[in-house]
Amino acid sequence: MSDLNTNMIEKYRNSFLNEVEANVEEGEWVKMCMQCGVCSGSCPLGNAWDHPPQELFMMIRAGKREEVLSSDSMWMCTSCYNCIVRCPREVPITHIMHGLAHYAKRLGMQPKEQPTAKFAQLFWDNLMKKGRVNELKLGVDLYFKVGEGMKTAMKNKDIGMAMWKAKRMNPMEFFGGHAVKDLKGFQNAIKKAEELEAARLEKHKA
Amino acid sequence: MATREYSFYPGCSSQKGASSSNYLVSVETMCEELDIKLNTIPDWNCCSASIGYAGGGELPRLTLSARNIALSEEHNPDQEIVATCAACWLSTKEAAERLHDDPGMFAEANTALAEAGLKLTNQTPIRHMAEVLVEDIGFDAIAAKVTKPLEGLKIAGYVGCQTNRPFGIAGESFENPVYLDKMVDALGADSVPDYEKKVQCCGGALAFSEPEKSQEMIKGILESAYDHGADMIVTPCPVCQMNVEVYQGQINDTHGTKFDMPVLYYSQLMSVAFGRSAKDAALNGQVIKAKQLEEIAGK
Repeated sequence: MSDLNTNMIEKYRNSFLNEVEANVEEGEWVKMCMQCGVCSGSCPLGNAWDHPPQELFMMIRAGKREEVLSSDSMWMCTSCYNCIVRCPREVPITHIMHGLAHYAKRLGMQPKEQPTAKFAQLFWDNLMKKGRVNELKLGVDLYFKVGEGMKTAMKNKDIGMAMWKAKRMNPMEFFGGHAVKDLKGFQNAIKKAEELEAARLEKHKA
Repeated sequence: MATREYSFYPGCSSQKGASSSNYLVSVETMCEELDIKLNTIPDWNCCSASIGYAGGGELPRLTLSARNIALSEEHNPDQEIVATCAACWLSTKEAAERLHDDPGMFAEANTALAEAGLKLTNQTPIRHMAEVLVEDIGFDAIAAKVTKPLEGLKIAGYVGCQTNRPFGIAGESFENPVYLDKMVDALGADSVPDYEKKVQCCGGALAFSEPEKSQEMIKGILESAYDHGADMIVTPCPVCQMNVEVYQGQINDTHGTKFDMPVLYYSQLMSVAFGRSAKDAALNGQVIKAKQLEEIAGK
């Protein structure tokens, strides 16, 4: 168990809701959920969630910390924003799902083989390297780190060829590729933002 | 009509050799015809779309967009930011709102940006190209530019998610937006106003990590277009375009369907209707060729 995780358990022993409010993006909205279930019914992948948003919100209030943070559910969010625009209380549900997923990842509690958890991390690492996404490298990573390697690559080879023929995929991107010019400034700014956010979390756990 | 100028955020997928490079080519053509000048934000970076959240926390993600807005304010002052990508627009607009509503986060974003010698004032409106077309140009002016009406084509307007929610186009319904249908009609084609999958999710980034689940949704989007007798689908979103176009072969293999439906950008339709060549409309960027449009462009 990570140190941060141990510390957070200590600090918020009595209230997972307080922990979520303090540490999860838009977490202060969780208590506003009135359990109507419109979000769950509106979710395009609703049938794939072990616990749809409405249920996650009640579980947070019921203190089911382990079940929520290790859940596969919030990683099923496609960011379609149906739930946000339909919620009668205007709870920013999509953002809370992203926030819960990020917090779980930060604590090392996300399901280890969850494909979207892996892909979402690869996407972030990819864009941080050059300041812009390198689609070719992301695709290769997707096949070999999220999918089943060559099997997945072979399954998608026709799509790759078609994209290449349409000039929408460039094999040369593998060698460098598009980048921001002020890469140092870019990376320093994001590093600073990460430090500021980590400092805020440190303060919360104290 | 005086030239309209905007500060342009093209986004990663529109770059040369990237998955929606055909979108950018056709947008440039469309803007030439509509007398719109796009001044690209110098040295713009990725917005992290809506999938960077595993590694990227709230402030780092907001700082990505804050850097783009700050660069725009410095180099293209007093110009509204316009994005063509749904995710770029959404992330940037979301960041601008969040930083506006949260002074603490705004101060921290500026502390981070100072590392790159930048400062955010955050006074710039963030708009989607569809808003520019609907609100600044207008359907009548678009129709007036048409020299080759897309007559006889039935086109299903697939708005998708992120161009539509949570912000959308002012005055449009989240559940049944009609601006894309009006655009199709303005170009002389027939829209499909009762296309019930017009705001159905295609899976977005989960098309990569959850292909089976996403392709099930894409199948519905295509099936409905066929049921309505559509010749092609039009969309304003790069992820929608790619997902709905390129997986048709895999869906056919899995489900025994025979999908072969071209999926276009509105900017490609306009480029052709405004009399420009198939090349200027980037029709060569189609994985599923839009033969009927090529014919009209070749006339």
